[in-house]
Amino acid sequence: MTLISLHDVDVYQGRQRVLHDVTLEIGEGEIVTVVGPNGSGKSTLLRVMIGALKPASGRVERRPGLRIGYVPQRLQIDPTLPMTVARFLGLPRRVGATTARAALERAGAQGLARRQLSDLSGGQFQRVLLARALLERPHLLLLDEATQGLDQAGAAAFYRRIAEVRRDMGCSIVMVSHDLHVVMSASDRVICLNGHVCCEGAPETVATAPEYRALFGNQTGGELALYRHTHDHRHDAAPRQEGS
Amino acid sequence: MFDDFLVRAALAGLGVALAAAPLGCFVVWRRMAYFGDATAHAALLGVALALGFSVSVFGGVLAVALLMALAVSALAGRGHALDTLLGVMAHSALGIGLVAVSFLDTVRVDLMAYLFGDILAVTVGDLATIWAGALAVLALVGWRWSALLTATLNPDLARSSGLDPQREQLVLTVSLALVVAVAIKVVGALLISAMLIVPAAAARPFARTPEAMAAMAAAAGALSVLAGLGAAYLFDTPSGPTIVSVAAALFATTTLARALAGRAD
Repeated sequence: MTLISLHDVDVYQGRQRVLHDVTLEIGEGEIVTVVGPNGSGKSTLLRVMIGALKPASGRVERRPGLRIGYVPQRLQIDPTLPMTVARFLGLPRRVGATTARAALERAGAQGLARRQLSDLSGGQFQRVLLARALLERPHLLLLDEATQGLDQAGAAAFYRRIAEVRRDMGCSIVMVSHDLHVVMSASDRVICLNGHVCCEGAPETVATAPEYRALFGNQTGGELALYRHTHDHRHDAAPRQEGS
Repeated sequence: MFDDFLVRAALAGLGVALAAAPLGCFVVWRRMAYFGDATAHAALLGVALALGFSVSVFGGVLAVALLMALAVSALAGRGHALDTLLGVMAHSALGIGLVAVSFLDTVRVDLMAYLFGDILAVTVGDLATIWAGALAVLALVGWRWSALLTATLNPDLARSSGLDPQREQLVLTVSLALVVAVAIKVVGALLISAMLIVPAAAARPFARTPEAMAAMAAAAGALSVLAGLGAAYLFDTPSGPTIVSVAAALFATTTLARALAGRAD
């Protein structure tokens, strides 16, 4: 059954069209990865899914009662705001100490409950954010660049954990990432985004698709794309500036 | 016991300190200090209008403060530079308010009383208004506490949990206008922001959770009111500014103590 679906969604930021004609759906239990160059609208897509951005046109349909767990790209904690990990996990709904401990363990953040959020390292913070998202008992888990700032081994460990979460909790997972290698091998489906959906499908299919090669280059012989994309590419289907 | 003007003053100050504490924490966390200033400065315009139209000062201040806060919230979402906007609105409101007050020659307006407060002149009726307003603010902020905290941490996180960050912002805006309206008699338009921010800032160094910070801010605010009133009585100084001075001393003390204790959190 479909958890969330987007139909012909257009999103503007100011006068700039960030997403256009985006149609996609997320099914139950899938791990879907969204890849695309900087400024291709990946984070915007996630924000549309959580309802923080309203599309200018098109429809977003969520399954009634859908619970979403969201792990934002980064969270600036104002230094004037004291916040322990335990308290953070209970926002906005209080949870018991046992439940909180279980969520921290599942996210690989055990033993951090009494620490201040501001004292955590990048990796620890990501795992705490994941623990909080898991406490929502999500049907759909959305991860925005969750491995930013982690080294490759750390990122690989993070994705193994995500796979475990899916296995144990049965939720669908949509993640946005730059770590193409690891991400693609960990996904059931890859959506290649550049203002619109360029191509999508199984990781192997997408990796050899011409649209994907056009975005990420084909120096790797079509098997896997470059680890980091270049910024100076040209792409025929780049989003047009809206003329006035 | 309400017969004693000092008792009435203390109770009025405590009411304001209690309501201002949790709200002041949000003002600090969300970096809305200037927003509080703008709302408070607009209060003076409210005083002038209330006296001009012979309606209650509390009502006039509440209405203008609310209008100001809502206007700033609405304009802030439209791409204006917020600090410029607030600077324009705060000082325009203060300027126009002062001009408007000068027209009220039929009513003798003690301007100083509204700029710096006149806590010693609090009546039993004022006391009822202050505590009703303070309790309303406490109830509102208490009810929305977790939602407000989530929205303060990150609006998208709140949204994904099914909350509406804009509605929570509105709760804060309305509470702020209410606190301004009840506090103008106690500390005056110029020092309302101080009652919001200074106790919260004094509480920060030793707080580990948001709730602890709000509780400590309430304690710091209450202590400032009582010690400030005592000092004002003893040294014959203006009461509102003395209260704020005590709060400032508390802030200096906790900040210094924290620095000396090291950052062993």
